[in-house]
Amino acid sequence: MLRFTVRRLGQMVLVLFILSLLLFMWLRALPGGLASSICGERCTPEKVANLNKVLGLDQPILVQYGKFLGRAAQGNFGTSAKVIPGKPALDVFLERFPATIELAFGALLFAIVIGIPLGYLAAQRKGGVFDNLGVIGTLVGIAVPVFFLAYLLKYIFAVKMGWLPPSGRQDPTMNATRVTGFFFLDGLLTREWDAALDSLRHLILPSIALGTIPLAVIFRITRSSVLDVLGEDYVRTAQAKGLATQVIRRRHVLRNALLPVVTTIGLQTGGLLAGAVLTETVFAYPGIGAALAQSFREKDYPVLQVVILAAAATYVIINLIVDLSYALIDPRIRTR
Amino acid sequence: MKLYRLLSAATVATLAVSLSSCASSQRDSASSGNTTAASPEASSSAAPSSDAGSSEAPSASSSASSDGGAGDGTFIFGSAGAPSMFDPLYATDGQTFIVTRQMTEGLLGFKPGTTESEPALAESWTSTPDGLSWTFKIRQGVTFSDGEKLDAEAVCYNIERMYTQTGAGATQAQYWSDTLGGFKDQKAEDGTAIPSLYKSCSASDPATVVIDLNSFTSKFPSILGLPAFSIQSPKALKQYNANDVKAEGDSFSYPEYALKHPTGTGPFTFTKYDSANQTVELTRNENYWGEKAKSKTLIFKIIADEAARKQEFDAGTIDGYDTPSSGDWDALTAAGAQVLVRPAFNILYLGFNPTNNPALKDLKVRQALSYALNRPDFVSSQLPNGAKVALNFYPDTIEGWTPDVEKYEYDPAKAKALLKEAGQEALTVNFWWPTEVTRPYMPNPSAVFQAFKADLEAVGVKVNETSKPWNGGYLDGVEAQSADLFLLGWTGDYATPDNFIGTFFTKAKNRFGTADYPWGTTLSNELIAADAEADTPKRVAMYADIDKKLMSDYLPALPISHSPPALVVAGNVKGMVASPLTDEHFSTVYKTS
Repeated sequence: MLRFTVRRLGQMVLVLFILSLLLFMWLRALPGGLASSICGERCTPEKVANLNKVLGLDQPILVQYGKFLGRAAQGNFGTSAKVIPGKPALDVFLERFPATIELAFGALLFAIVIGIPLGYLAAQRKGGVFDNLGVIGTLVGIAVPVFFLAYLLKYIFAVKMGWLPPSGRQDPTMNATRVTGFFFLDGLLTREWDAALDSLRHLILPSIALGTIPLAVIFRITRSSVLDVLGEDYVRTAQAKGLATQVIRRRHVLRNALLPVVTTIGLQTGGLLAGAVLTETVFAYPGIGAALAQSFREKDYPVLQVVILAAAATYVIINLIVDLSYALIDPRIRTR
Repeated sequence: MKLYRLLSAATVATLAVSLSSCASSQRDSASSGNTTAASPEASSSAAPSSDAGSSEAPSASSSASSDGGAGDGTFIFGSAGAPSMFDPLYATDGQTFIVTRQMTEGLLGFKPGTTESEPALAESWTSTPDGLSWTFKIRQGVTFSDGEKLDAEAVCYNIERMYTQTGAGATQAQYWSDTLGGFKDQKAEDGTAIPSLYKSCSASDPATVVIDLNSFTSKFPSILGLPAFSIQSPKALKQYNANDVKAEGDSFSYPEYALKHPTGTGPFTFTKYDSANQTVELTRNENYWGEKAKSKTLIFKIIADEAARKQEFDAGTIDGYDTPSSGDWDALTAAGAQVLVRPAFNILYLGFNPTNNPALKDLKVRQALSYALNRPDFVSSQLPNGAKVALNFYPDTIEGWTPDVEKYEYDPAKAKALLKEAGQEALTVNFWWPTEVTRPYMPNPSAVFQAFKADLEAVGVKVNETSKPWNGGYLDGVEAQSADLFLLGWTGDYATPDNFIGTFFTKAKNRFGTADYPWGTTLSNELIAADAEADTPKRVAMYADIDKKLMSDYLPALPISHSPPALVVAGNVKGMVASPLTDEHFSTVYKTS
């Protein structure tokens, strides 16, 4: 088991190393550079050359990469030039990550809490008005672009109704105490209930915008899965045995129907970061998605590198944990 | 099973209580006296509060002061981007300056709503007839926000600090190098010294500063009103290592001073930059030497997306915002908001570059392209109200501007005739335009390109289109002289021709490729001579002469338009004056009830 773990860890380091190399080369192969991003219209060929020299961007790419690795080994991934200028890129990631986690959690919660019961009820009333409305609604939910839905939600609930804030994470006059970086949690932990409530209000619209597509998918999977299970022999047997409908639904139908739903939720979670890029931009929500978009647009390479590498590392670590757990469950895997 | 659930609930409850006991609210402990020089870190752990305990987040309007006095109101302004940091010496971007302008001041300022210089930290100034020695009388009784006294020595410390920048700091202090030339002992690639217009600064007594120049420049002393020339507390500059800018990998890192401790003499002081919530908070400087700010708290809320800024404004959660889309001006006004139009102090031009297209070396070809463009139609159909067709490369409020230039009124027949004369009836041009950007002088680059492409094709010119992202190859390509025709512009910093045509053409190696023309060096020399002419009438005549030649003999580009940007504030906001230099002073701004 130890050898297996060490081998997997070695593979993980190698994957991250290769990715960092490719990422470094790829970013610098793109047209445009940091120097022109810094000086804009004030650029002159002399200025660009001078900035490139001072930043070491005129050196061979492998030399630049070597220096990057040297700094990264000391935990220095560079300083943000555009997203949060002057802040270490790793700190930018650590500051923005909780925002995206909060948003993704809110979106998933919205999708699950609404999607599963609706899907279940639609299956129970297959062919009825509720079912048809649900199917049409979810089709619309998938078809409507996130940015359009976001603007629509903001216009109705923030601008017209004034029920919810239109953007951001917290009212700027709130002066809330920060502990974990998760604003809602911080409000609860510090018993600043107004701050917790305010951050919750800021989460509602972006969560709905981001959660709509997962909601539609979860609804449809739940519905079809429940329909499948309802036709199974063991459900009919349970009914024939005279089990109470509630018990059949809870123990036999829902439990079995939820297996593919859980798999779907897992897959949807992975797609949330992609959706967050749009949602966070539209809602001026300072999370990883907005940082990713801005750092790409404005050539903030340190932040871009950290965000992509961190996302890759998270993926690789989760894979490692899954591999290790498989290896624990099935010893044959260790020898493969 | 029930016992299991009970135990789980108890565990969760215990955990929650334990965690909450670790983290306590710091609102009360930070609510007194913590008004200056807080840090981003401080903001994450402690912040002053006036609303602890309120169950509803106060909206922008509910937190407003009620009258024109120095009230306790909060003014929230939607800013278009994050500040780079808070030391104006190292900044070139409007998002930084809009914040630092409220905290720091220079020897000179600009009269609200104009480009005219006015006294600020210097009460008055005089110069020798040759314009080489300038004496400034320093305002007395002024203190920096850290309590240090402003005197002549503090001023000279600042000026010398600017002049002695080295390494990474020198690359970041761009306004110094753009206006005054080299830094102390700075050398070019070939080892030759880079000349500086600045010579020395001396404090003859606590109230008198003498700044000597190596040669006269038309932009002195008005450049001393630029944010980059702000006077900051020497004590704070030293204490927080203000010069310690470093180039690290792909970016610059700034010292503690620039990130956490900006210390000026302005009407507001720095409270915190809450980067996690994208807000910068300033507090009224109660010891300000002039009229105290009318709002106690000024918050810049960073909202990069223009549509998001507008929706925040419509929802009433911010009191004003920067650069509303000109398409929204009428609707905003109709809804009761005040759209404050900044007088147009910019230029959009169509650059010509003959490097890859020798046909453009022929003046007749450049003239033909100029006659082909229907600029009046473009300005009236695509730009906001108040935009004008540009006759020269700078606005008519600047000295030397003359209407007596070749005007290139729309004349497709003349364009065709000139192309025929030049033997270029089958001319092909590589026309570049930028994507992923809007500029004050160019709200919609695509619309500009489409309009001019159609005009050029109408006179038989074949247009090869190249569009690239602003930071993704456009600027680099234009600087590398890859484009035959390109769209670019400039927003003025101060009112001299040198700030416009001096910046564009003084160095012959430029984006227009003027070095490739026989007159490139002559133009450079003419611009240098005009800027160095101390006799004002003579200088004005020299610039007018250059303007005429630029439009008739040289034509390295065609000036297109001057377009006014704007800012918007709510109907109940008073005291905001839009500035052509984006030099808005928030100290006079307040909300009525």
